[in-house]
Amino acid sequence: MNARNAFCIRNTKEMLRDPLNIAFGLGFPVVLLLLLTAIQRNIPVNLFELDRLTPGIAVFGLSFISLFSATLISKDRTTSFLMRLFASPMRAADYILGYTLPLLPMALLQTALCYATAALLGLKLTPNVLLAIVVALPAALLFIGIGLLCGSVFNDKQVGGICGALLTNLSAWLSGTWFDLNLVGGAFKSISYALPFARAVEAGRAAMAGDYGAILPHLWWVIAYALAVLVLAVFAFQKKMHRDNV
Amino acid sequence: MGNAIEAIQLTKNYGAKTAVSGLNLSVGEGELFALLGVNGAGKTTTIKMLAGLTLPTAGDAMLLGDSIRKDPQHAKAHNGISPQETAVARNLNVGENLALMARIYGAGAAQAREKAVEIMERLGLAEVAKARAKTLSGGMQRRLSIGMALISEPKILFLDEPTLGLDVIARRELWAVLRKLKGRVTIILTTHYLEEVEALSDRVGVMAKGKLVAIGTVQELIAQTGAKSFEDAFIALATETETEAIA
Repeated sequence: MNARNAFCIRNTKEMLRDPLNIAFGLGFPVVLLLLLTAIQRNIPVNLFELDRLTPGIAVFGLSFISLFSATLISKDRTTSFLMRLFASPMRAADYILGYTLPLLPMALLQTALCYATAALLGLKLTPNVLLAIVVALPAALLFIGIGLLCGSVFNDKQVGGICGALLTNLSAWLSGTWFDLNLVGGAFKSISYALPFARAVEAGRAAMAGDYGAILPHLWWVIAYALAVLVLAVFAFQKKMHRDNV
Repeated sequence: MGNAIEAIQLTKNYGAKTAVSGLNLSVGEGELFALLGVNGAGKTTTIKMLAGLTLPTAGDAMLLGDSIRKDPQHAKAHNGISPQETAVARNLNVGENLALMARIYGAGAAQAREKAVEIMERLGLAEVAKARAKTLSGGMQRRLSIGMALISEPKILFLDEPTLGLDVIARRELWAVLRKLKGRVTIILTTHYLEEVEALSDRVGVMAKGKLVAIGTVQELIAQTGAKSFEDAFIALATETETEAIA
């Protein structure tokens, strides 16, 4: 437990002391929210209304959590820091929880900051906002799992491309945040709803709208994906841990 | 004193390729043992097996009586390792890096801080205690890396090319650190710098193609090969492709 706590604290410090993490993780979603709200004020149609936009930006912002964790893990591998730790009596659970636990409060903080910014821009603060933040937790777990998986499999340069470019774009375009997926329809819509990103946004929107019955049908998708990805990530990390070359 | 390390027929295969073949080796407590060989000779694989980072395909090794196969957790508890790369937490400062390793090996928070201060004083790191690891020079990072391996007070220390890429001054400073450890900690050192081996080691093992082809003091190896210098002796031993592994 001592080792796990120390490792959690180390990982928290490593991530928070990287200015790029703060800029992208906290700053970028806020900037997007400000920008799109400014656009909304100058166009005649309701394209980016805060109660529908904010859950989308919150999910998009969480995709940067994958980048943080994947970058940290892959750097720990490529600099042999993990090799040093693997030679210690730490166990597999210490590593996995040590990388995962510090990210949950960060994800929560990021989501809360997103909604707080929206409130400053005019979003009405109701108990549903708190519910929407809670509803974002499975999505946070999903992105943490993706980060653990990518960090275990790819090196730090590959992680930049896969989590930094591919994942953020996928979670943006296939989430229905920027445009109504019904407008595109067809295979695009089917793929979007088969993946968890649009489901996470819809669950957040249902929470915001007080349409409580509509939350769980979407949230189950996200929970199922999160669990599957986390199991896969733990398997990949343990395989890497026992592999011949760290 | 008894043996700190006893390797018995230690073997590692990667698919069809044999990286280490039937290694038998005894290293005494407090001894500084240098493991030499050209690139790909099997030094790093040997260290990885002994340090519990990779499982042997066959054979076993006892670290202070604990088997690396049957009781890897206990065997690991005796070890400290300083890998080829500096392997430090880049955004933590020097004191934090040291305290982290102390806590990972079981120290409480206050005890870890005390140990970190002690190691910083011993290794000349006190002046950079608050500097983040990524801002340190190569020499200081190496020193920190060794400090991180030492803070758990290991009985066996694995140093994989600890002076790689260091300038002459930084290398000599590290030698002074290692000399202070001699006799108290069993050290397995791999290096390509032969003058380092001559200056520091009690005994030397030469590996070639995954086999231990010679073992002895520097003088014994020179005498064994009839060479004029240790460098000539090493070249003769390391390139002797058909040599049988010593029992």
